[in-house]
Amino acid sequence: MALNYTKKTMDNFLKPKNIGQMKKADGYAQIGNMVCGDQLDFFLKVENGKIKDVKFLSFGCASNIATASVMTEKVKGMTIEEAKKYPWQKVSAELGGLPSQKQHCSVMAVQGLQKAIADYEERQKDIKETPKKKTKTTKAKRVKTKTTKAKPKATKKAKTTKKLR
Amino acid sequence: MQVYLDNAATTRVDKRVIQAMKPYYSKLYANASSIHLLGQRNNLDLMEAKERISKIIGGEARSIYFTSSATESNNMIVKGVALANRGGKRNKIIISEMEHPCVRESAHSLKEEGFKIEYIKPNKKGIITKAELEKIIDDKTLLVSVMMVNNEIGTINNVKQLAKLAHDHGAYFHTDAVQAVPYLEIDIKKMGIDMLSLSAHKFNGPKGVGLAYIDSKIKIKPLIVGGGQEEGLRAGTYNLPGIIGMTKALELAYNERDEYIKRVKELRDYLWKEMNKEISDLKLNGDLAKRVPANLNVMFYSIEGEAILIDLSRQGVSVSTGSACSATDLKGSYVLKSIGLDKNYLNSNVRFSLGKYNTKEEIDYTIKCLKKTVKRLRAFSPIK
Ligand SMILES: Cc1ncc(COP(=O)(O)O)c(C=O)c1O
Ligand code: FES
Repeated sequence: MALNYTKKTMDNFLKPKNIGQMKKADGYAQIGNMVCGDQLDFFLKVENGKIKDVKFLSFGCASNIATASVMTEKVKGMTIEEAKKYPWQKVSAELGGLPSQKQHCSVMAVQGLQKAIADYEERQKDIKETPKKKTKTTKAKRVKTKTTKAKPKATKKAKTTKKLR
Repeated sequence: MQVYLDNAATTRVDKRVIQAMKPYYSKLYANASSIHLLGQRNNLDLMEAKERISKIIGGEARSIYFTSSATESNNMIVKGVALANRGGKRNKIIISEMEHPCVRESAHSLKEEGFKIEYIKPNKKGIITKAELEKIIDDKTLLVSVMMVNNEIGTINNVKQLAKLAHDHGAYFHTDAVQAVPYLEIDIKKMGIDMLSLSAHKFNGPKGVGLAYIDSKIKIKPLIVGGGQEEGLRAGTYNLPGIIGMTKALELAYNERDEYIKRVKELRDYLWKEMNKEISDLKLNGDLAKRVPANLNVMFYSIEGEAILIDLSRQGVSVSTGSACSATDLKGSYVLKSIGLDKNYLNSNVRFSLGKYNTKEEIDYTIKCLKKTVKRLRAFSPIK
């Protein structure tokens, strides 16, 4: 029952990529896990069927933050169809493996992404049905447009990545 | 800087304890059950250790049995008493909802032996009251087990009162006193305790030594059988170095108690005061006054306990979320659930447990790190 995070997981926890809020997202989703109680919010920006940008917020454990960080790095630039199929196993492998009880963190990250894509696609349908609106100005209506600072300052470098039991 | 604030999980062994143990590894290594002079000599030390311990915790020396851990002691007592009384008219076992997993699981395992297990709910402050026990105790109750001090939130139960109520109904009373040393004075006779468990590594003694106090009037079925040690109640070669270490550690803990409690309380109160000054949206779990002076269990709103722990840990500060054994269990703490903590807060808790070797500088450093950690994690929390 050890809880040994790899160096890459620690690095991504300490300096997560793509973290913060996104204004005017094209797709948004919130996902939570009933068992552990953790939560992730994803924001998408889509251009020409590709993921132009993706950001996330986290109320979660270290591996929750790390999995969302590497996954968002990987899917950026992918087509929507590719991103939809991005498997959680790859997220976990990307981090050099996760402790068994932490596999679900990566599952949650990909499900959150899929949900945000579904939201994007839903909005596209709405737009087609009401052709007056222009695609570009689609408001992220489900997103609270609070303007919090997007990028948290990365605190001190991780000089010692200790193994934890 | 390394700051160890996880003393409720385990502690550093006092150098004087190691000194006391050493001869029993190198010279006095004879088996304390052996008939030769070396063995008999060690047997006298073993008996003396029990005398020394009984001087501190009260009760009778012959009712003390050494084990490998408090986990073993609690298993031995809860299961042993139940199994010795199986088939009798008393088939109910009452434990509190805040018991350590080794008591809970021991009690659970008795369901298939025909026992009924009932739970006493703590109040919102984290205390087991007499009134709650009164609601469920009856003349079918065989055993009541309530811990003296809770390991997650450090709250103190009035075991004397609870023991009396148990006895009024003809039930036995057991208390897991692992977290009580040296914060509370233990007096087995005065408190009306029938059975009690201790663990040496929680009070600057060695790991792998526990103690079970079992009043001689109580029938108990041994779990570990073999060579008949400990009056047949717990077989296995005596771990004399460990036993001597535990005895020495207990003596030191109580001899130096007043000075230690004063110091640790000052540090703990300072930590809590500074935390409040420097960090917003936090809440103490459990009653502040009715807890041991080494414990703080704090909810940090909108961020996750494990993330806080890991972030602090890479800065050299060791804390825990709940208890060490629940660290890899994903579910929110059952102790915090039992005291009615809102489910939105269940994942945001950190336990700081101070000990003998902490300093003011360490607390200052902890505050500095904690402030950074909380700020970093809150910056990207979706919960506002
Ligand atoms: C209240 C309580 N009971 C029992 C135990 C188990 O003790 P041991 O580590 O000796 O098995 C612990 C600590 O882990 C504890 O805090
Ligand atoms: S523990 Fe559930 S997301 Fe990490």
